[in-house]
Amino acid sequence: MTTGTLTAGRTRFRLPRKQIPVLATLALLLVMYGIGVSQYTAFSNVQVIFNVFIDNGFLLVVAVGMTFVILTGGIDLSVGSVVAMTAMVSAALLQDGMPAALVLVIALLIGPTLGLLMGCVIHFFEIQPFIVTLAGMFFARGMCTFISGASIPITDGFWTSMSQERIGNPRGNFVSISVLIAFVVVAIAAYTLAYTRLGRNVYAIGGNPQSALLMGLPVARTRIAVYTISGLCSAIGGILLSFYTLSGAPLIAVGMELDVIAAVVIGGTVLTGGAGYVFGTVLGVLVLGVIQTLITFDGSLNSWWTKIVIGGLLFAFILLQRLIGIRYK
Amino acid sequence: MNDAMSRYRAITGHRLFWPAAVLFVMLAANTIYRPGFLSIELKDGHLYGTPIDILRLSAPLILVALGMTLVISTGGIDLSVGSLCAISGAIACMYISKQPDQSSLGVVVTALAMAMGVSLVLGAWNGVLVAVIGIQPIIATLILMVAGRGLAQLITEGQIITINSEPYRAIGLGHALTLPLAIFIALAAALLVAAFTRRTALGMIIESVGGNSMASRLAGIRSGRVIFLAYVISAACAAVAGFMMTANVSSADGNAVGLWVELDAILAVVIGGTSLAGGRFFLSGTIIGALIIQTLTTTVYAMDISPQTSLLFKAVVVIAVCLIQAPAFRARFSRRRRNSPPPAPVADKPKEQVPA
Repeated sequence: MTTGTLTAGRTRFRLPRKQIPVLATLALLLVMYGIGVSQYTAFSNVQVIFNVFIDNGFLLVVAVGMTFVILTGGIDLSVGSVVAMTAMVSAALLQDGMPAALVLVIALLIGPTLGLLMGCVIHFFEIQPFIVTLAGMFFARGMCTFISGASIPITDGFWTSMSQERIGNPRGNFVSISVLIAFVVVAIAAYTLAYTRLGRNVYAIGGNPQSALLMGLPVARTRIAVYTISGLCSAIGGILLSFYTLSGAPLIAVGMELDVIAAVVIGGTVLTGGAGYVFGTVLGVLVLGVIQTLITFDGSLNSWWTKIVIGGLLFAFILLQRLIGIRYK
Repeated sequence: MNDAMSRYRAITGHRLFWPAAVLFVMLAANTIYRPGFLSIELKDGHLYGTPIDILRLSAPLILVALGMTLVISTGGIDLSVGSLCAISGAIACMYISKQPDQSSLGVVVTALAMAMGVSLVLGAWNGVLVAVIGIQPIIATLILMVAGRGLAQLITEGQIITINSEPYRAIGLGHALTLPLAIFIALAAALLVAAFTRRTALGMIIESVGGNSMASRLAGIRSGRVIFLAYVISAACAAVAGFMMTANVSSADGNAVGLWVELDAILAVVIGGTSLAGGRFFLSGTIIGALIIQTLTTTVYAMDISPQTSLLFKAVVVIAVCLIQAPAFRARFSRRRRNSPPPAPVADKPKEQVPA
């Protein structure tokens, strides 16, 4: 509040307060990339950035879905398990010799269905999203081991070709098809949030559900829709993960929901809902990816430093959100 | 309304009825499936049997859930307890493993004190983030949940630390009065928390802060301090649970100790009837909730189902218990109380929608 009024008096052009977290994330990303380039010569290779996208394409898609949920003030803990379940189901069905197209359709239907059910329970029975999606997380993870206790390799032709296809110069700089799919998802999500009725409703509900209801907005439909969208994004993420690993493993993507939530928060979306951008989420995922790359390049730091750094960044960004006065409810 | 009817309603309406009924049904189903389920035998002066095992294994969960009950009652949530278990276990085991005489009582006590000290500091960190800086509890404790796993691995240097210390092992596997020591530790903690909250005004103060933090502050309660205290107590409970978990296997693995215990604990609290929105809390309900979860896990093990698949059953229990307890669900399906107001529209209860 105080910063806003102070700067308003002095200059006419000032940074919109809502966008400061996103800009801070962008600055952080650039600084981290700068550090990487100055420390390691190989870091300046464009392929390093492409690899960040290739390694985190599925995370990006899932984080986009989570952005919708968090914008309404909810939370979806089931994403990691749904990703694993989708990969597992596709692997198991492909092993049974089902055609790839049919497997894709089935795999892409499971996530949204679970999301729809969770959304309905959350809305109609007024149970906290936290606990409902927790149950969804248990269910999906349990289903993974129910399907198979061991990892199932995928040998299907379509899957291997999707996995190995390199777009761009195969010997130089390239991206995988997963990255393109992730970009398409990001573009559709950004358009939906910014320019469609559904997007405005999502922001309205996140801002104040009671006002949204009094304004006559379809609160029920929107709230159920965001969990379905998150389920769909998790399902797409699961497919991308199975492209990436060419297998379905029951314990893959354990704890992924935390990475996703961290990415969304670092990307500037406020956890109580109502403020945030898909673009911020993309930056948040990139920050996580660049941290991992930096730690890999360093070689002397162990993998657990990733977690400590992510924890520290979470703290810094939440503090920043506090300081610039985006009010938490 | 006859007498029997009102008595029936009084029993089913009791807050502990549904959790206790679920526990009873699970035990009954187990006994039917495996008639020897409830048998207890005396061997070498110790009692053995599945019910004893359930009690012993549920001790860490009960401890964590007790702390969690207080935190949830203030309207918060503590996601970091699992990581705190890992950190406290890692510190204790690391210190003991470096000493020449691992079985010396002094070494173990020093190790426990050090680990407890660090846990209290971390609990205070959570408390400061929530109560002083005013960060949402779910995200404030998420920081320590993510970073804490890294810290635990940093302490153990990514290794699994194994120790050979008899006194430390006793925390998890020792016996007293024919029963496992862990049961007594959990019981003592429960009685301590119950005494401090129910025999003093503290419990009511916590509930008032959870019900409406601003109103209780205006009524002269220092809400900040109460919330801070809840997180410190939760961290202390988690630390003791961490000792038990590592003592059970005489080793500390920064990755595995206390994994998902925060979710189990939250589940136990919710099953016990404490609302995630804060306000009234029920310690006895929480303990029954923890027993339900452990019974479920033991049942699944006994039925030769993969431990991971037990999550499926857990999901069913969570949804069932939550639905039974949800006012909206009851209103929809109980046709008897037609005079009661129709289910309140969602917007009337904004507090219910935001988990923490």
